[in-house]
Amino acid sequence: MMADSMFVSILSAAVSSGTPVLYAALGELVCERSGVLNLGVEGMMLVGAVSGFLTAVRTGSLAAGVLAAIIAGGCMGLIHAFMTITLRVNQVVSGLALTLFGTGLSGYLGKSVIGVPLSATFHQVPIPGLSSIPVIGTVLFKHDLLVYLTYIVVPFLWFYLYRTRPGLHLRSVGESPETADALGVNVFSIRYASAVAGGMLAGLGGAYLSLAYAPSWLENMTAGRGWIAVALVIFAVWDPFRAMLGAYLFGGIDALGFRMQVMGSGVSSFFLKMMPYVFTIVVLIIVTATAARRSSRAPEALGTPYERE
Amino acid sequence: MGTVDYAVEMRDITKRFPGVIANDRVNLAVRKGSIHALLGENGAGKSTLMNVLTGLLRPDSGEIRVRGAKAALRSPAVAIALGIGMVHQHFRLVQTFTVAENITLGMPRPRFRLDMAPIEQEVARFSAEYSLAVNPRAKIWQLSVGEQQRVEIIKMLYRGVDVLIMDEPTAVLTPQEVRELFETLRRMTADGKTIIFITHKLDEVMEISDRVTVLRAGRNVFSCDTRDTNPRELASKMVGREIGRAPQRPSVAIGGPVLELHELAALGDRGITVLNGIDLDVRAGEIHGIAGVAGNGQRELAEVITGLRRAASGRVCICGKDMTNSAPRSIIEAGVSHIPEDRLGMGLAPNLDITLNAIMKRYRSGEMSRGPVMDEARARGWTGDLVERFSVKTPNLRTAVRLLSGGNSQRLLLARETSCVHKLAVAVHPTRGLDIGATEAVRSILLKERESGVGTLLISEDLEELIALCDRISVIYEGRIMGTVGRDQLDLEEIGMMMAGMATAAKGDERSEASV
Amino acid sequence: MNALKLVFEKREAVSPAYKFISPLLAIVMSLVLGAIFLLASGFSPLKVYYYMWWGAFSDWYGISETLVTSIPIMLCALGVALAAKMLLWNVGAEGQFHMGACAAAWVALSMPGAPAWQVLPLMVLAGMAAGALWALLPAVPRAYLGVNEIITTLLLNYVAIYWVEYLVHGPWRDPVSLNFPLSAPFSDAARLPFLFGTRIHWGLVFALAAAALIWFVLGRTKWGYEVTVIGENPRAARYAGMNIERNIVLSMCIAGALAGLGGMAEISAIAGRMTRQLSPGYGYSAIIVAWLGKLNPWAVALVSVLFGGLLVGGYSAQVIGVTAASVNMLQGLMLFCVLATEALGRYRVRIVREVARAGKEVGVDG
Repeated sequence: MMADSMFVSILSAAVSSGTPVLYAALGELVCERSGVLNLGVEGMMLVGAVSGFLTAVRTGSLAAGVLAAIIAGGCMGLIHAFMTITLRVNQVVSGLALTLFGTGLSGYLGKSVIGVPLSATFHQVPIPGLSSIPVIGTVLFKHDLLVYLTYIVVPFLWFYLYRTRPGLHLRSVGESPETADALGVNVFSIRYASAVAGGMLAGLGGAYLSLAYAPSWLENMTAGRGWIAVALVIFAVWDPFRAMLGAYLFGGIDALGFRMQVMGSGVSSFFLKMMPYVFTIVVLIIVTATAARRSSRAPEALGTPYERE
Repeated sequence: MGTVDYAVEMRDITKRFPGVIANDRVNLAVRKGSIHALLGENGAGKSTLMNVLTGLLRPDSGEIRVRGAKAALRSPAVAIALGIGMVHQHFRLVQTFTVAENITLGMPRPRFRLDMAPIEQEVARFSAEYSLAVNPRAKIWQLSVGEQQRVEIIKMLYRGVDVLIMDEPTAVLTPQEVRELFETLRRMTADGKTIIFITHKLDEVMEISDRVTVLRAGRNVFSCDTRDTNPRELASKMVGREIGRAPQRPSVAIGGPVLELHELAALGDRGITVLNGIDLDVRAGEIHGIAGVAGNGQRELAEVITGLRRAASGRVCICGKDMTNSAPRSIIEAGVSHIPEDRLGMGLAPNLDITLNAIMKRYRSGEMSRGPVMDEARARGWTGDLVERFSVKTPNLRTAVRLLSGGNSQRLLLARETSCVHKLAVAVHPTRGLDIGATEAVRSILLKERESGVGTLLISEDLEELIALCDRISVIYEGRIMGTVGRDQLDLEEIGMMMAGMATAAKGDERSEASV
Repeated sequence: MNALKLVFEKREAVSPAYKFISPLLAIVMSLVLGAIFLLASGFSPLKVYYYMWWGAFSDWYGISETLVTSIPIMLCALGVALAAKMLLWNVGAEGQFHMGACAAAWVALSMPGAPAWQVLPLMVLAGMAAGALWALLPAVPRAYLGVNEIITTLLLNYVAIYWVEYLVHGPWRDPVSLNFPLSAPFSDAARLPFLFGTRIHWGLVFALAAAALIWFVLGRTKWGYEVTVIGENPRAARYAGMNIERNIVLSMCIAGALAGLGGMAEISAIAGRMTRQLSPGYGYSAIIVAWLGKLNPWAVALVSVLFGGLLVGGYSAQVIGVTAASVNMLQGLMLFCVLATEALGRYRVRIVREVARAGKEVGVDG
């Protein structure tokens, strides 16, 4: 049925559209759980996207591209870590600076490869057996490897945060660094590691955009997805599974808008493009307004530099 | 020497900080299996000494021996490895974690996968053995202060500590909880563990300790077995002079009510009811004290009265006018001054200079401004006058408030609050953390206010202070007023029981007529 | 066993001399780092910088272009700085700028025959109102619900830009313009006049007046005092009876109004019609300018001129192949260097002789 298959195709598109945001949100989640606010996600995604693309074009290898994106994002995460943890610079401004710098840097680096096609891109790899399940099969199991990777990363992150000692220590650093420090937990190295990990995941999200989703390089191709990821973390109450849900919701709105444009719904394409942003703002307001009543809150020490007085 | 087994010996410990010698050749010898009290006032050097013992600080000179062997306590980890650990006054717990998670935090094993069950069992074992009942799965924010302290103790025991230092442990406990703590300590020493007990409370020293050492101004002044001394002697060693008499309290005519609370109820930060139907009144010319262990709603009470917290139900009447849930500004303009618990976090803006802080409640008035424009010269002049009258020590008026000492910033706060026309003063822990001189200054200011007809609501943890200053004392427990006693009916036992939640014959609803 | 150790000691206060030097130090540092990037891409940094300097400051034309470019930056940055004084991050200057331009354009296009003395003041009001409104949207949730304003203002930027795109591709598209996304040109009456026969326009007057007004208000008035206290310690401000929510909304709206005014001035004086390319990111540069200027209105004005020069210089360097993106990069670098120099100013480095130990040292409170 036309309606059925369109519904299914929107859901499937929701997953792929939501994946770059999901990667970025997971990275931000880890970073924020350790108490470091990273507003440079947008810049990191762009730098990851351009590095991945450049490398893939130059070497012809997708794996090299993905690796380059991860490293590039990680480097930016390292800069943020240095500024905010060692120099104790205001985390908001450092993140903003990273976004501005990353946007400029990616535009600069990507100039030579605008419009250049990739020799090899990520193909859809349907999982045998699972992909034949009606509806769910198409929605979840007919995607490329990077999407499948999120199916592993999300539960792993959940397990890591809630069922392991390193995860316990990470959370303690974000809730009460003084307590953690007094008990011998190394606050600085954990925060450094999370910031770098956050950058790496953001870079990976960007690489997904330029190597699989588009695939191409365009200046500013993330179009604010990095910021949506930051909002998503709040919506997800710093939980990986909820982040996945939120990312796919966002992806759904995005995909719906695109479908409506293609179908010629009569609504201006620009209004449709506005939808994801307005949606995110509304969701953010609702979640923040109702969060006060729930017992789960932001990591207590989020945004505050730690100093051993 | 002889056959005494010392768990810890500190010899000639000296520690200097810029401008002050915190410890000056201090000696401390603690026998194994004993409870050793370390007595002294604020600033005597007790905390410094213990910070040295737990490896947080390195002494400039001196020697430490643990179980007879010389030890270099380079860090808290080293100290714990040697069996020395401390339960601080301000707990080091992660509020959103469970008890078991807090106890295992920082431990090297298990290394990756965390199975909480064996940890919870271990916690239960300590609980049973030392009478430290606590639910290993409860989240810290759900626990009472006494229970949190138990978690801290178990945390130390879990790490193999056998010399446990407790820093003012009873400051936050009800009398009942204090008894339970002492029971725990006795069980621990029976088991061969050693306790060092930092306190400034003489009665506790007499009750629980085997030996006491008094510090004053960084030096040892006295050390002996507890049974060989008495509170008067200890007090005079602690203070170095004869205890002064309580401040003079001239009689003052009591006027009409300036504050009336009717069945006041409010929610706390976590959404639980924290004020449970408070009925209270304060009259002009009286100091009405609120006694109670921290965490029973005192902070929230002050916040509701001053408009900083919503009342869920009930009424707040100021000078007869219903001002429930009015904005802070209207309440200030109705003549209410507020000396908050959190001086630097709420009462002052530490990074701004003295003038800007001093005019914080006055800047709207015609004398500081002409229309929308502020008159800087007038503001500075008025501040200079204020600073002089209240003896706030500062190099100049442009100094940032955070550079002032605790006593001086409190003086500034009080100066500001008492200098405007007001009928009701809400003072919350006004002498906390201050040295003797500043404390006396604060108390005399409060008494002067009383003389000029101001009604004061004094919330304090310091029972001695309340007894010295108040005309009436009400006890708050779990958000309710357990009872009110007038000055002539003061009975420490009774107050103590009310603080622990046990209502007595003098029930909560009877308001004793304040007598002159 | 003694060892020499490098100790970072926190200073009690940044020395006033350093407060003045650090922005200069930051600029030098960023030029050096930028040079490294340029070298890596095969350019000669000296040549590039020379071109930039030459384009921006060497002749009267360059200087006037620099000033022209600094006007929208200045207006946006003054707004950002004012909001930042209260610890509010207005990252939405770009969006407020565009909405202000939209509203001004709407007035201009609706009153094609009207005389200048009618149209221009209305455009000014419309621009400021639209900018204020666009800032009100995130301000109210922030004030009353605590919703993070960084995210909301930023996302609204995207919405504003799509709105502009919608207008120039759709209802406002000039039928004469051969399918280019442009509106019809404004009448001469709707054009903000120039000064001194150059392209420097009345927007500069607006901007400098705004700087003077903000300086006065912050330093001398009751409201300025409230802003200062709220920014320093919001809890104390509330305790003292100040209405924090109202002040949040007020400062954000003023910031938005200023950005909207910038949009109005730019579209009226320079563009003359609604286009998609009103701003190469003025609203974002404004953030960096506000920080470099340490939120002081006059310093912000000065730094805005500098950034105007940076952008103009960037255009002229395109002649030798340097792209516009490199200017963005340099701006980002500059912000980093500002942060780094500021942070370093807070510490004193000492060489200390210490008995060799490992472990942590902690301060005491007893």
